[in-house]
Amino acid sequence: MSNSRIYVDNSATTPMKKEVLTSMLPYFSEIYGNPSSVYAEGREARKAVELSREKVAKAIGAQPNEIFFTGSGTEADNWAIRMVARANKAKGNHIITTAVEHHAVLHTCQELEKDGFEVTYLPVDEFGMVSAEAVENAIKDTTVLITIMTANNEIGTIMPIKEIGAIAKQHGVIFHTDAVQAIGMIDIDVNDMNIDLLSLTGHKFHGPKGSGALYVRKGTKIGSFITGGAQERNKRAGTENVASIVGLGTAIELATSNISEKTAKLSKMRDYLINEILEKIPYTRLNGHRTQRLAGNTNISFEFIEGESLLLMLDMKGISASSGSACTSGSLDPSHVLLAIGLKHEIAHGSLRISLSEDNTMEEMDYIVNSLIEIVGKLRAMSPLYEKVSKGNA
Amino acid sequence: MPEKVVIGMSGGVDSSVAAAILKEKGYEVIGVTMRLWDGEHINGQFEEGTCCSLSAVEDARRVAYKLGIDYYVMDFRAEFEKNVIDYFVDEYQSGRTPNPCIACNKFLKFDALIKKAEMLGASYVATGHYARIEYDKTINRYLLKKSRATVKDQTYALYGLNQDQLSKTLMPLGELSGKDETRRIADKLGLPTANKPDSQEICFVPDNDYAEFIYRRTGNPLKPGNFVDVNGNVLGRHQGIIKYTIGQRKGLGIAFGKPMFVIRIDVEKNEVVLGEKGTEFSQSLIAENMNFITFDKLENEIRAKVKVRYTAKEASAVIVPLSDDRVKVIFDEPQRAVTPGQAVVFYEIDGDNVIGGGIISA
Repeated sequence: MSNSRIYVDNSATTPMKKEVLTSMLPYFSEIYGNPSSVYAEGREARKAVELSREKVAKAIGAQPNEIFFTGSGTEADNWAIRMVARANKAKGNHIITTAVEHHAVLHTCQELEKDGFEVTYLPVDEFGMVSAEAVENAIKDTTVLITIMTANNEIGTIMPIKEIGAIAKQHGVIFHTDAVQAIGMIDIDVNDMNIDLLSLTGHKFHGPKGSGALYVRKGTKIGSFITGGAQERNKRAGTENVASIVGLGTAIELATSNISEKTAKLSKMRDYLINEILEKIPYTRLNGHRTQRLAGNTNISFEFIEGESLLLMLDMKGISASSGSACTSGSLDPSHVLLAIGLKHEIAHGSLRISLSEDNTMEEMDYIVNSLIEIVGKLRAMSPLYEKVSKGNA
Repeated sequence: MPEKVVIGMSGGVDSSVAAAILKEKGYEVIGVTMRLWDGEHINGQFEEGTCCSLSAVEDARRVAYKLGIDYYVMDFRAEFEKNVIDYFVDEYQSGRTPNPCIACNKFLKFDALIKKAEMLGASYVATGHYARIEYDKTINRYLLKKSRATVKDQTYALYGLNQDQLSKTLMPLGELSGKDETRRIADKLGLPTANKPDSQEICFVPDNDYAEFIYRRTGNPLKPGNFVDVNGNVLGRHQGIIKYTIGQRKGLGIAFGKPMFVIRIDVEKNEVVLGEKGTEFSQSLIAENMNFITFDKLENEIRAKVKVRYTAKEASAVIVPLSDDRVKVIFDEPQRAVTPGQAVVFYEIDGDNVIGGGIISA
């Protein structure tokens, strides 16, 4: 891949930072001990794991012994939801979530429904926001878990997590949040926000893929998800992925050290991009909330266009972005998030997500806008539907 | 700048080798697997079709990596459902025997895919079909010719391509001597699909049980009716007209004491007409929805070699124009199992050119 490419799919994954890579390298072949071993090599590896645990804990205002390393954000979501549900079965079988969660949460909830759990999928408003009031109204005697994402991965809407946390605490219900997209973008304090469980993954903030963690508030009833050895205090068996854990620690420290500076830069680029596109290209709409929105997230629907064609043509112009639907082996159905905020199928199909990182520049925003004007024009010229509409207006 | 070609890749050996040949010829090749059909939930079990399953996507992607070409999966499910699946179901319910591959070629590979290719800035679409396309400047037309490997020839399913489509299509396998050569090339290139078996049957119908497929899709249970002879005498009960095709002898479910063949399907009366040996032969047929390749319009009657099914032998016949879009085909010798819904394709008497073809209506 050439350097001239513009990578704006940072909600999918991010390039790893040099510092992260450097911090990881010794843990492949120099400090190779098994953290569970008693001798020097093992102790050294253990030290690295624990230091990393401290960094992750600090980043979200938790205690180190509340952090459990996993292999991904998805694993953390699965673990939190399944194991809290199972551990609290005697208390009740009701779970509250939203219609716009990541599939790691939605599919896990659907699995639990097969096992006799009752799940409430709360609707969201046209901006993708769930109301704290709706959450409170959904709570029943049998509710054991509320799981609501911190920020949406497709449209970037930031949920009222603090209010929901307060409600959950008041009603004595365990509250889990998938914060995969939010870490390093908004300040999170699990105590201030009354979060009981939180999922995160390193590769969304310039850390390694295959690194993740679940925060579990002390005293929260939860079983172990992967059984075997005594790693992660008996909660997550399997030899620790030491290098990856080290990388996660370095990355989260970097990502949470300059949030306000970073988000100021990102939101400036984002707002410029949004305004330019909406102004210069007709029949477009912004999906998500105008202000309660992740700093790097842009999600726009282009009428009369398929997202798939748009992506391929952007790719040919050296721009890496994504649509609501992840093509290839996944599903090609229109995004459940866009449908949930009330978009029609055909409009949901023509949606584009541009997610920025600090590496992006204003010049790139201009290049993206100009490319979009050209590509959208070309694609619409091929659309019989657009021809009808534009003629009707003339 | 090399010319860009989009090649439809199924993950099978043919399209893989076709991609390799184009790459070798210096084209900038972009591999595309057309996502056509997801499969169905049958009795709670998910069944993938064979044509565009996830494993086919993986195979195609591996080949693309190996060849060092760009590769995409593109969604054509809506077009496929409308132009192939719905057509397939409608035809059977109307007492005809459809050919879904012809519809898929016409509407998907050589229409929808060409449009996507143009969007990507490609000059051509390529496929792994065994056929040749040549431009004849004396008549200023693109010609469709049988493949060098006559046993593999697939022109029967391609007769519907118009001049515009032919001008934008490459079929690099048409020059090869046959499947053995294809496999040899695949082996030589170390392509992972070198030993994959040929695909067979209808790609979207699991177990080839198309009657069950139609039932699952429409919810209309099979409607049993009468087997009758040519004079209307009832011979027995059939299970539903979609289960039968013209010329069929096996699977009628009744012993008649002598070989009996399906010679006609009467949708109105829900009857399947059976005849004795010999009556399943036809002296002539009427075809519609004509497409001609060697010329625009059939002005006068011509002699041609004619195929009435993919697997049928060529038969000599006279083609008589009835109207712009309708012809009568009169065979020198009566032909077996002339089936409404199937294509009839005309070839030049002494040559490899496809003259054209249409859909048998009677």
